[in-house]
Amino acid sequence: MRRLALILAIVVYPLMALAVGVDEARLSDPALEARARDLMKELRCLVCQNQSIDESDADLAKDLRHIVRERIAAGDSDAAVRRYLVDRYGDWVLLDPPMNARMMVLWLAPLGLVVVAATTLIVVLRRRRREAAAPLTAEEEKRLRAILSATDEEAKRP
Amino acid sequence: MRLKSLLPLLVFVALAAVLWIGLGLKPREVPTVMIGRAVPEFDLPPLDAKTQGLASATLRAPGVKIVNVFASWCVPCRVEHPQLSALKNIPGIMLYGINYKDNVADARAFLDSLGDPFAAIGYDRGGRVSIDWGVYGVPETYVIDGSGKIVYRHVGPISDDDLNDKFKPLIDRLREGA
Repeated sequence: MRRLALILAIVVYPLMALAVGVDEARLSDPALEARARDLMKELRCLVCQNQSIDESDADLAKDLRHIVRERIAAGDSDAAVRRYLVDRYGDWVLLDPPMNARMMVLWLAPLGLVVVAATTLIVVLRRRRREAAAPLTAEEEKRLRAILSATDEEAKRP
Repeated sequence: MRLKSLLPLLVFVALAAVLWIGLGLKPREVPTVMIGRAVPEFDLPPLDAKTQGLASATLRAPGVKIVNVFASWCVPCRVEHPQLSALKNIPGIMLYGINYKDNVADARAFLDSLGDPFAAIGYDRGGRVSIDWGVYGVPETYVIDGSGKIVYRHVGPISDDDLNDKFKPLIDRLREGA
C-alpha cells in the first residue's frame, strides 16, 4: 500500500508541475523553489481575481511569480515577500487576508442579522401568545354569545 | 403606534439605500493603496528619441500632474484618447505617460495616428515600474498633487462623464488648495 502511494506520488507530482505555475525560470535550489511555489498559491491574481498567481495564465501573474522568485532568491522571508506585494496591491492580493476592523464587519454582519431576526421573532411570538391568552371580559363574553347565537339562527334558516 | 406603522417603510428605505449603493460599487476593481502616498521611486527611459523619459523627481515638481499608463495593444486606451487630450489642454496641467509592456514601433505608431498628448513618456518595457505603482491593467490614470502625492487613481478608460464629474472637480480642488 505504502509502496503504491509512493509510486503514485512519483508519477503524479511531475504531472502537476506541468499543469500549473508553468514557468520559464525556476529557482535552482529546490527548497527555495518550493517556498516560492507555496507563496504563489496564497497570492491572488489581480487580473483573474479568483485564481492564485500560481494557477493563473495572466501576464501580470507571470510578472508577479517572477518577483516572488526574485525576492526569495534575494533572501527575503515569506513575510517580507508578502509585505512587498501588499505594499503595492493592498491586502487584496492575499487570498487569506488578515483580520482587521473591516474584515470583522464582514464576518460579524451576518451574525448580527441573525441576532436581530431571532430577537424580532421571539418578541412577536411572545406578544402573540400573550394576546391569545388574555381572557375575555364579561362584556366581551356577552357580545360574543350574542353574535354566535345570531349566526346560529341564520344558519337554521333555509 | 405611529412609529410602528412606519417601521416597514423605514426598513424598506434602508434596504433600498444599501442596495442602491451596492449597484454603484465595482467589485472587480482592485482598491488602490497608493492614495495619499508619495509617488514610488523610479526612473524610466524615454519611449524613443522623440520624447523624454519620466522619473519620480518630475512628479514632485509643483502643480497638478497626471500620469496615464497606456499601451498600443490596449483598446480602451484608444477609446480614452480624446479625454486625455482634453486633460492635457487644461492650463497648468502636466500630462505624462507610462508606456506599459509595449513595442516601441507600435507605441510610436499609436501616438502618430492619434496624436501624442504626453509631455514625456517613460518606457516601462518589463512592467516593473507599473507594478510599483500598483497597476494591474491598462489604462490606469493617476492624479498627483503639488507635493508629489498620489491623490486619485482611475481604472479603465476615462469617459466624458469621468472627465467632467471626477477629474475636473478634483483638479479645481487641488489648485485651490495649492
